[in-house]
Amino acid sequence: MGTYIIRRLIGAVFMLIVVSMVTFSIFFVVPRLAGATPMDMANRYVGRAATAEIVADQAERLGFNDPLVVQYGRWIAGVFFGAEYDTGAGVEQCPAPCFGYSFITRQPVWPDLMDRLPVTVSLAVGAAVLWLIGGIATGVVSALKRGSLFDRAAMGVALAGVSLPIFFTGIASLVVFSYGLGITAPGGSYTPFTENPVEWAYNMILPWTTLAFLYAASYARLTRAGMLETMSEDYIRTARAKGLPESKVIVKHGLRGALTPIVTIFGLDFGLLLGGAVLTESTFSLNGVGKYAVNAIMKNDLPQIMGVTMLTAFFVVIANLIVDLLYAVVDPRVRLS
Amino acid sequence: MTEKTSEQAAPTGGGQGGPPTSFLEVRDLRIHFPTDDGLVKSVDGLSFKLERGKTLGIVGESGSGKSVTSLGILGLHKGGRARISGEIWLDGEELVSASIEQVRRLRGKKMAMIFQDPLSAMHPYYTVGDQIIEAYRVHHDVSKQVARKHAIEMLARVGIPQPDRRVDSYPHEFSGGMRQRAMIAMALCCDPELLIADEPTTALDVTVQAQILDLMRDLQRDFNAALIIITHDLGVVAELADDILVMYAGKAVEYGPAEDIFERPEHPYTWGLLGSMPRLDREPTERLMPIKGTPPSLINVPPGCAFHPRCGYTDRTGGRCNTEVPELVPTAPGHLVRCHLGVPERRAIWENEIRRNLEST
Amino acid sequence: MKKKSALAVTAVGAALALGLSACGGGGASQSQGGGESAAAKHTMNAALENVFNPSDKKGGTLKMAISEDWDSIDPGDTYYALSWNLIRIYGRPLVTYNPAPGAKGRELVPDLAESLGTPSDDGKTWTYKLREGVKFEDGTPITSKDVKYAVLRSLDKKTFPNGPTYFNDWLDLPKDFKSVYETPDVNTDQAIETPDDRTIVFHLKKPFGGFDNFAALPSTIPVPKDKDTGTKYREHPIASGPYMFETVQTGKQYTLVRNPHWDPATDPIRKALPDRYEIYLGVNADDLDNRVISGDLHVDLAGTGVQPAALGRVLSDPQLKERVDNPTGARTWYIPIVPDVKPLDNVECRKAIIYAADRVSLQQAYGGEFAGGEIATGLMPPSIDGWKRIDLYPTGTGDLEKAKEALAKCGQPNGFETTMAYRSDRPKEKATAESLQQSLARVGIKLNLKGYPTSDYFTLYFGKPSFVKENGIGLGTHGWGADWNDGFGFMSQITDSRTIRESGNYNISIKSPEIDKLIDQANEETDKAKRDELWAQVDYKVMEEAFVLPIVWSKSVLVRPTGATNVFVTGAFDMYDYLNMGVA
Ligand SMILES: Nc1ncnc2c1ncn2[C@@H]1O[C@H](COP(=O)(O)OP(=O)(O)OP(=O)(O)O)[C@@H](O)[C@H]1O
Ligand code: SF4
Ligand SMILES: [Mg+2]
Repeated sequence: MGTYIIRRLIGAVFMLIVVSMVTFSIFFVVPRLAGATPMDMANRYVGRAATAEIVADQAERLGFNDPLVVQYGRWIAGVFFGAEYDTGAGVEQCPAPCFGYSFITRQPVWPDLMDRLPVTVSLAVGAAVLWLIGGIATGVVSALKRGSLFDRAAMGVALAGVSLPIFFTGIASLVVFSYGLGITAPGGSYTPFTENPVEWAYNMILPWTTLAFLYAASYARLTRAGMLETMSEDYIRTARAKGLPESKVIVKHGLRGALTPIVTIFGLDFGLLLGGAVLTESTFSLNGVGKYAVNAIMKNDLPQIMGVTMLTAFFVVIANLIVDLLYAVVDPRVRLS
Repeated sequence: MTEKTSEQAAPTGGGQGGPPTSFLEVRDLRIHFPTDDGLVKSVDGLSFKLERGKTLGIVGESGSGKSVTSLGILGLHKGGRARISGEIWLDGEELVSASIEQVRRLRGKKMAMIFQDPLSAMHPYYTVGDQIIEAYRVHHDVSKQVARKHAIEMLARVGIPQPDRRVDSYPHEFSGGMRQRAMIAMALCCDPELLIADEPTTALDVTVQAQILDLMRDLQRDFNAALIIITHDLGVVAELADDILVMYAGKAVEYGPAEDIFERPEHPYTWGLLGSMPRLDREPTERLMPIKGTPPSLINVPPGCAFHPRCGYTDRTGGRCNTEVPELVPTAPGHLVRCHLGVPERRAIWENEIRRNLEST
Repeated sequence: MKKKSALAVTAVGAALALGLSACGGGGASQSQGGGESAAAKHTMNAALENVFNPSDKKGGTLKMAISEDWDSIDPGDTYYALSWNLIRIYGRPLVTYNPAPGAKGRELVPDLAESLGTPSDDGKTWTYKLREGVKFEDGTPITSKDVKYAVLRSLDKKTFPNGPTYFNDWLDLPKDFKSVYETPDVNTDQAIETPDDRTIVFHLKKPFGGFDNFAALPSTIPVPKDKDTGTKYREHPIASGPYMFETVQTGKQYTLVRNPHWDPATDPIRKALPDRYEIYLGVNADDLDNRVISGDLHVDLAGTGVQPAALGRVLSDPQLKERVDNPTGARTWYIPIVPDVKPLDNVECRKAIIYAADRVSLQQAYGGEFAGGEIATGLMPPSIDGWKRIDLYPTGTGDLEKAKEALAKCGQPNGFETTMAYRSDRPKEKATAESLQQSLARVGIKLNLKGYPTSDYFTLYFGKPSFVKENGIGLGTHGWGADWNDGFGFMSQITDSRTIRESGNYNISIKSPEIDKLIDQANEETDKAKRDELWAQVDYKVMEEAFVLPIVWSKSVLVRPTGATNVFVTGAFDMYDYLNMGVA
């Protein structure tokens, strides 16, 4: 187990490096293929009436004139050893892990990301709790009462949940609950948990439910399918033959068996969410990692794109590892190797 | 239960309609499943009796309703879609009309079951010990430690080496035979008075089969339980069973003492089963005599005798085979047969055609 | 200058429009409704020519929001109209725009300076005198040296890449001066002199009559040298106006509170009404519209109008329509006709395109009369001083006869084939290209449409002459807004062929030595009326040569705040004036 984890962690680091190289390359290679010169690239980061001289200065400042390898090397060195940046008026330290300075906001990327992470984590954790409870409960009841009115209604709603985009449900719920009824906070409200947990929850309740609705829908369907499968397993018959009360049969034997694939999917979903719930954050104007990512991509801000990609990749890789470990815990038949 | 008189059950004799005289009495049991394709009559008027310490073998091809019968006795079809009628008397208690909760309390304690495939019948995510402990603690209000000790004892009892260590193993870490032993330990852990083994050895290889059968025989003796062994392999019940019930299409076609069934079978279907039985005294390479054709649909049971499409003697009954349902009637004390053939005729067939054939080949 | 162009994701918009109208209005509660506001009646365009809900009531928090972020709050590093409008609450340029509705808002009035600039006879030297008693937020007096330093630092485009380059281009800088950071010791008096603490003198390379417009640029907002931290100055620009930054959370939120050292006696133009400003960044654009409509927010800072999702609702709901102001901006959406690409090198072929175009359908592509704008007859929009209507071409659904005549004169009687570029992620531009493709097909001109990503449209594709030529791209489409509302502020960057560079061009089609000559004449002219007249000639020439097919002079659908006072659309920026807005 120990060596397995170590091996996986080494693999994860390697994976992250590959991701960084690919991201870096895409950023440079795609425009290059379209014929961009370093000057052209720099042109994105100057005012609209910049002279050729200004563009050249900017290309120099952003390091576009160096070979790609050198630029990448500089970036990766910053990640491991930190870097220094010219603010014009002086030199600024960017301690490791330094993911560079934004081309546009001129802010170092890492503190920005760390500043936004709590928002994303708050969103992801709250929503996850809601959707796990809601989705699994609905799925179980649906499976047990298969074909009933509840089942059909729940699966209908679930289908809607999966197919309705969050920017639609989100904006609509804001209009109804925040601006119409005035019972929830308007878009963009966020209070750190550490500052005021009650306000934190009050502000997050609408994003949570909206996001959870989306996921709960698919988790309900997943749970339902899993339960239908496990409840017809032989071991369920055995459990009943032992004289176990039905509730115990359902939860301890049925749900336990149905949960394994859900754990896997949950791990990956949650890992991805930590890398930014792009649509939810944008819809509710929450300044999380996801909105940061959208902004970075829209503005072609390489250091920001790199930072956010690495953070997301990190969460996904870690989530994967945890899922695999967890899998071995939930299913004793799985061997880690 | 209403005091309904069942024509099929009548010949089994003994207190029919009145209070039961045996430890287990099944009377005119019917278990039907409504499905989209039609009504599946999995068990259709089945009656039998069993005493403590005795073994009943139920044999029949796949789909004849053996498992549905056993699950029906355990009450596992209750609350579902199944339509159940008839009576199941266990130690003076009627189970068909009993509440779900009442039957649940008996299940695992007074009556227990051993399933065919121990790998799929055990939960893959819990240790063998946990699953036995759970079975014990449902019916006994004891601490985990006590239950665990009991589980280890039970494992030792069924012949699992180093039971104190293997108690923490998962089912997949056991061999097939060991798993079935564990399954038996689990079934026996609450000292059941009725034990139903539904094809306990089908999933095992031949040498292990024998060991498990031996084990069951020993345990039955020690526990003095009533044992029902379900199988489609007559060889399995040949040594264990006191009585044998041959099922076909949800009905008993022949029912009697094991000796009668093996030595003096009177139903063409039983003859077929005997012909398809691998026997130790025969060369293993020789071909068996399987019954031609396939078991009937339980939705559209053939009219008359359900076996008639596959029976080779329909021409000897004057056309009754495919019009009139034969009744289960005694042919000798305790030996019942459901066939239109005249008693002398079928005895003659057995003696002259079948038996000789079986022995010569 | 840049106007934030809404990222119009039409699919989203459509979905939301459905959802929102289903939600029945969302309850536009007048949360801030005070006694005074009752007096002012909402009617459509009420704040275009008049001050809506005038008041001197102080106090309250003015809440503003924007769906993205703008380039910078550093006065030396910003090029957004909204920023130039807003910046004046915390910074005082030498000169600024009169806070008044409509065209009056385009008048320049002295701000930090006592009066407008005094030019030398040759128009190369401009002198300003600072007001007495002006102070930074920390109480230090503001001197002419702080203004000089602010202007000089803004010249460093490596550190401040975003702002305009007018001072770089026009100031008579010493050759060895690189930037205030790299060459701090170089004497720059030949460019800017500060003979005393209140006087500042600008020296230009060549005469320029409209220098007061430069003096109104945010880069003349004073910056104390000892507080300048280069790129980090944007984390807290030092206030010279009535408000100073309380918190700066880049990309998230700004809050401003009163600057105790701002003295109203030194400031005849500012009312400084709210106690506090809260500015939210990165607010979902559709949510932002809903919040302004409901009264939860006062203003959408971007000032470019509501999103497509809210548009239908705002224009159809009579109560909401009364709150609409629909100004025409100093922005033109147009289709450059590139004379480098054959057969468009022939003016008759270019004219054929203008004649054949269905101008009404193009207007529809931009959103119609209210959200799109008025059908443009020239490049220059009417809100530019000196504007004259040009009637060279019909503005209906196209004059096919004239188009065929022109084609014949061009030697292409059966039409020809060319390529049109547009930004593929902008639905309006895509619709424009498709509309033109259809209407030109009527006279045999075949258009091949090519979409390119917005992010590299100017740097790699349609703004790069070599690419345009190599790929035979004869037409494109984009827009242009004025840096300020005179001929120079609108036209100079997009009509002067000498500003065309290797890539990143907004002007790709207007190349004429005659036009360049007119521009030079205009720049030297110190008489404003004559100058305006020259720029109008440039506009006429552009149309005569058929270098562009103008589409619309853009209009925007603004929703008037319910809880604010002194609401009016300033002609300087064609959005609500942010200088004197108060809380009702
Ligand atoms: N829940 C149910 N719903 C519908 N039909 C059922 C149900 N359970 C069993 N059956 C049907 O009842 C018939 C008898 O099934 P059963 O399992 O008792 O056969 P079996 O004799 O045990 O066969 P095998 O030797 O294969 O175990 C089968 O045709 C089966 O399809
Ligand atoms: S009744 Fe007829 S068909 Fe049925 S077993 Fe007897 S002979 Fe065969
Ligand atoms: Mg079976």
